[in-house]
Amino acid sequence: MDPTALLLSRLQFAFTISFHIIFPAFTIGLAAWLTVLEAMHQYTGKPVYRILFEFWLKIFGVAFGMGVVSGVVMAFQFGTNWSVLSRMSGPIQGPLLSYETFTAFMLEAGFFGILIFGRPRVPPWFYLFSTAMVALGTTLSAFWIMVNNSWMQVPTGYVLQNGQFVPNDWVQIIFNRVVWVRFPHMLLASYLTGAFCVAATGAWYLLRRTYRAEAHVMLRMGLALAAMLLPVQLLIGHLVGDYVHDYQPAKFAAIEARWHDEQPASEVLIAIPDPSTESNRYALSIPVLGSVIGSMSLTSKEVGLTSFAPQDRPPVVIPFFAFRIMVGCGLVMLGLAWLGTWLGLKHRLDRNRLLLWGIFLSFPLPWIAILTGWYTAEVGRQPWTIYGVLRTADAVTPSLTAAAATVSLILFVAVYAFIFSFGTYYIYRLLRAGPAGLGGKPLHVPVPNRPMSFADRGPALHGSLEAGE
Amino acid sequence: MVMFWVALLAISILIYLLLDGFDLGVGMLFGLAGGETRREEMLRTIAPVWDGNETWLVVTGVIMWGAFPLVYSMLMPALYIPVVVMLLGLILRGVAFEFRGKALRSRRVWDVSFTMGSFAASFMQGAMVGALVEGLQFSNGEYTGGTFGWLTGFSVLCGIGLCFGYALLGACWLVRKCEGPVREATRRQIPLLAVAVLAFLVVVFAHALVEHLPILRRWTERPYLFAFPLIGAGAAAMLATSILRGDDYWPFHMVALIFASAFGTLALSFWPYMIPFVVTIDEAAAPRASLAFMFWGAGLFVFPLMLLYVAVGYRVFRGKTDMAADCD
Repeated sequence: MDPTALLLSRLQFAFTISFHIIFPAFTIGLAAWLTVLEAMHQYTGKPVYRILFEFWLKIFGVAFGMGVVSGVVMAFQFGTNWSVLSRMSGPIQGPLLSYETFTAFMLEAGFFGILIFGRPRVPPWFYLFSTAMVALGTTLSAFWIMVNNSWMQVPTGYVLQNGQFVPNDWVQIIFNRVVWVRFPHMLLASYLTGAFCVAATGAWYLLRRTYRAEAHVMLRMGLALAAMLLPVQLLIGHLVGDYVHDYQPAKFAAIEARWHDEQPASEVLIAIPDPSTESNRYALSIPVLGSVIGSMSLTSKEVGLTSFAPQDRPPVVIPFFAFRIMVGCGLVMLGLAWLGTWLGLKHRLDRNRLLLWGIFLSFPLPWIAILTGWYTAEVGRQPWTIYGVLRTADAVTPSLTAAAATVSLILFVAVYAFIFSFGTYYIYRLLRAGPAGLGGKPLHVPVPNRPMSFADRGPALHGSLEAGE
Repeated sequence: MVMFWVALLAISILIYLLLDGFDLGVGMLFGLAGGETRREEMLRTIAPVWDGNETWLVVTGVIMWGAFPLVYSMLMPALYIPVVVMLLGLILRGVAFEFRGKALRSRRVWDVSFTMGSFAASFMQGAMVGALVEGLQFSNGEYTGGTFGWLTGFSVLCGIGLCFGYALLGACWLVRKCEGPVREATRRQIPLLAVAVLAFLVVVFAHALVEHLPILRRWTERPYLFAFPLIGAGAAAMLATSILRGDDYWPFHMVALIFASAFGTLALSFWPYMIPFVVTIDEAAAPRASLAFMFWGAGLFVFPLMLLYVAVGYRVFRGKTDMAADCD
């Protein structure tokens, strides 16, 4: 094993998967929102929903394409760079990812073409069905990925035979409690990403005094969804912390920057952890709170990093800061969503330009939260690839040379930077042009086949009625 | 159980070859076509289906990992460079579908990336098959052949051969889906591509037989194996007549049949080896608990569903691509 090839492989995996997650995180939420829009359009016949659908479908198309192509890489990278891992865990991870591909990718891919090109060729109900199938596909994909990653975090339901992890309890592998807090955590994070992007776009249009009708629908729907989901997300996030506390005590200690056993434990709010002295500098901490968070107790003993052998400890600085950035983003989003929804209900959001600026500029927050959350989980799992069983250093491809790994990493970085800069630029241009920028051609908006339903006569929709008439 | 997954792996590889084959082929021919209208029309014939086609590559990858982890973990490191280049090619061509329409001044960039990406992916796939047939060096389940062990004259020949093969498939697809200038231009390319592909197939199989004499013995032991090349030859004859007739529908199916028979010939020549003369199917197979778990859900129920999605997708977009109705 070549240590340089190991480091480069880790960097390459981190880079390609960080790049990849940006797009699914966006499209999972967006696909669900498109389904809602299409259903509302078919139900109410209001043109505003159709206009928004067509507009966001363009953006969805670009993001989905980048998600697909960067996802194909993941299916092969386990084998190219982590051959020992893929041979040992193939009997468990292989079937899980097979289920992902079979149930999710094919569903997405099969109906995505119909979504983008098929409207003139299929009846409306089938088009709505196709939209829902794409949304279902993205969700199932997230589910299987979380099952797979959760197994790497807390391996269970297996026996080691002939150097392979042989499954002996699939129910335990798929339906354990770790999966069922981590999957909702990721799913809600994706919905929040979609919600904040939609709301931020609405705020942007209001600030530019354009597309008022569409902007109101986007702001109202995005903020309301975020306002409801964020408290749930914080609660589930706490439950995720509980599993880390119970199953991965070293990771938990790293996140808390707790170097020594404490009873009762204090909670370090912010500090600069210093691995060389095994202590924190400039620490701001609250006594006893650490025990409350860790064990819901005022007196519990909480384990510190020095209780683990040095070769079994994760890095501290990255999980510590990444976790705090994630929580910080969540709290800022909570504040924006609640305040925005409250002012929106009182019809004062339009005039509050400061808050509109805040919401507009908040669009990167959900992505930052997702990435830092994943860094907490994955860096905190080190030095293990399969927690407690297979070390990352032992999992890398033995025949991989530093030269080959360097070339591939440089190529991935170059190509991804190239397509990322163009992709984000095109998405920016679509967003800036707004719903009217769809090539300047009229949409085929069908005549509503049912009267406006009573429920739609809310004042917030007034603007969209004007736009439709 | 093992046989089921071998069959499913083979079917998935074949579906991938045929489906992504034609759209990679269109990608390479795209570079030869002049004029925005023609290019737009060519792209439009594959835009609704390319994503689904490429997904069969992922299907192949995960079946290999889940059902035959040993093969997956041995081949991927051995084919490190070709796999990475293939993936990058697929990325560059994949984003071009969406980016091209959004670009103003940079459209040329995506035209080049679409063509070159398609070419790189096709070449590397052919080269990987060539390297596998030629033989890669392993000891104790680890690859020991070096970073460029896959690169030989034969693998390069296979890479070029597959590019021609995909281009032929793509040309037949275009003839089937297009009208007017695109169809006329493509029709003129088909005979040339067809001759190149058939010549290549003959050379490759002759080479494989000379290099690996055990294969020859297998063929004389089981003469019924000759059915595959015979089917291929029959399909080639039908292809020739349908081209001469000016038929739009049959050439694609005949080329598909040639692909299928070539794939069958190759696979059965090495039976029961998955990595020729190194790892057999039974050695590579995952534990029964893994295969059974995959069988009772993914294999038995979801796989037919996947075929149904493909069928629905192609049914919705059947017939000649109507540029007026489908372009908004």
